[in-house]
Amino acid sequence: MSNLTNEMVLARLQEKFGDAIRNHEEPYGLLTIEIQSDKTHDLIAWLKTDEVLKMSFLTLIGGAHFPNDKGREICVNYHLHSLVNNVRLRVRAFLPIENPSIQSIIDIYIGADWQERETYDFFGVIFEGHPNLTRILNEDSMDYFPMRKEYHLEDATREDKDDRYFGR
Amino acid sequence: MSDTPNKNKSLFADETIDGQIATLNLGPTHPATHGIFQNVLTVDGEKILGSVQTVGYIHRAFEKLAERRPYNQITPITDRLNYCSSPINNMGWEMTMEKLIGVQVPKKVDYMRVIIMELARIADHLVCNSVIGVDTGALTGFTYMFQQRELIYELYEEVCGARLTTNIGRIGGFERDFSPTFHVKLKKFLKEFNKHFQEFDDLLLRNRIFMDRTIGAGPISGERALDYGFTGPNLRAAGVDYDVRVMTPYSSYEDFDFIIPVGTQGDTYDRFCVRQEEVRQSLRIIEQAYNNMPEGSYFSPDVPEFYLPTKADVYTKMEALIYHFKIVMGETPVPVGEVYHAVEGGNGELGFHLISDGGRTPYRLQFRRPCFIYYQAYPEMITGQTISDAVLTLSSLNVIAGELDA
Repeated sequence: MSNLTNEMVLARLQEKFGDAIRNHEEPYGLLTIEIQSDKTHDLIAWLKTDEVLKMSFLTLIGGAHFPNDKGREICVNYHLHSLVNNVRLRVRAFLPIENPSIQSIIDIYIGADWQERETYDFFGVIFEGHPNLTRILNEDSMDYFPMRKEYHLEDATREDKDDRYFGR
Repeated sequence: MSDTPNKNKSLFADETIDGQIATLNLGPTHPATHGIFQNVLTVDGEKILGSVQTVGYIHRAFEKLAERRPYNQITPITDRLNYCSSPINNMGWEMTMEKLIGVQVPKKVDYMRVIIMELARIADHLVCNSVIGVDTGALTGFTYMFQQRELIYELYEEVCGARLTTNIGRIGGFERDFSPTFHVKLKKFLKEFNKHFQEFDDLLLRNRIFMDRTIGAGPISGERALDYGFTGPNLRAAGVDYDVRVMTPYSSYEDFDFIIPVGTQGDTYDRFCVRQEEVRQSLRIIEQAYNNMPEGSYFSPDVPEFYLPTKADVYTKMEALIYHFKIVMGETPVPVGEVYHAVEGGNGELGFHLISDGGRTPYRLQFRRPCFIYYQAYPEMITGQTISDAVLTLSSLNVIAGELDA
């Protein structure tokens, strides 16, 4: 196990991808980089084969919705893990809500299949190149993406419950 | 009928018996699937040519539910993920919260958690392995092992009062110290478990019939398993020694001496063997944790805004009353931040990705459910195998419907 630090990972990524890496932070020790959305596929493919970083394990794909962040409402998170170096990395891309599409990474990791379908199911992210991008956990006839923030858990038109005092 | 779902997988298409290809629904509710899993198999006689899966039958929208619940109230949701080892999920979530608010729990809490989590792992593996026995036609081992599992559930009861959906522990520690009865029962369990477990081991491990049935059933290679995102015993059975407890130790796992068993073939027999050995290693960890239990408190005094004060304090002290009210109403502020915390669950890396905006509930909480990720590989693993092997493969993967569908 080598002593790869977050700084070294970041330096190597910046050297390779330059300005495509828009932003980076380290919340609770996990290096998080924001990548231009059309470069995500290239970055993840390169990380898998790079002989220094060896980020060859896809831990998790997930979405998040930030409705107030205009033009970049939908966030797609990829958690990668280098099992050799034991270093984790979070890669994220922001997409506009009008056209939330990003290239699928199913050709890099077969395990991305259901995780991309799940992200589509809940956030409506279109993964281009995915062979079967259909709903997975929700029923097929559903016509909205339930994890987006505009869909409340309970019926928002109800008046018989007043939650104002509890900050809900 | 003749439309094979996995066209590139129909390896045996030219060997059909009278050219008859049939479609068979395995599940969603079938006794052999041990849960709500639907697999539409394309079969040629007994041989599986391809499979299409349907999941989501018990989807309960936990991630959406969590966005409306105060942090304390999310622990019961995690119970219902992998319900064969709820305490691991509970404590994984509690540790995620502790990481977010930046609290260091006393060493004693770590050790207590390790004991409970390893008991949960034993219970989880016992269910899985004894059910592999049932699916190969050996019911006896199952009844023996469920007796032992019952003893573990009695231990949970002593700690939290519940058995299956435990909601065990609190953010910051435990709700109470281990009771005297717990100590008695745990000592008895540690003393006697191995004898019964060895009996079960003798029944199956070198049993000719069992070996013939399980060796080569549902194999997967190490590379393929990694590509699919396998973790836990299923990945280790394929020969990759990845274990979160060793790679990213949490809850003082670095203090304990244990080995990570690995297999070579990644088939049902190897998965069985890996789980058998993990049970023994878990027992070793419990013994080490119990015998070296540090002195100290069973909760952290640094998180009064998350850890409920005692009733005596609530009735006599103003501050305790305020905290009690704030906790019950879910009005505790948390730092703005983003955390990913992983624990080694019964089936692999159970992760919690939490985005907090400082509000009373998570802004976004995602669970990394190992079952959901590795169940994708199931069609590939059973293609070319027989239907009875498919049933075995499903039970040896230990796919838990609650975790799969969240």
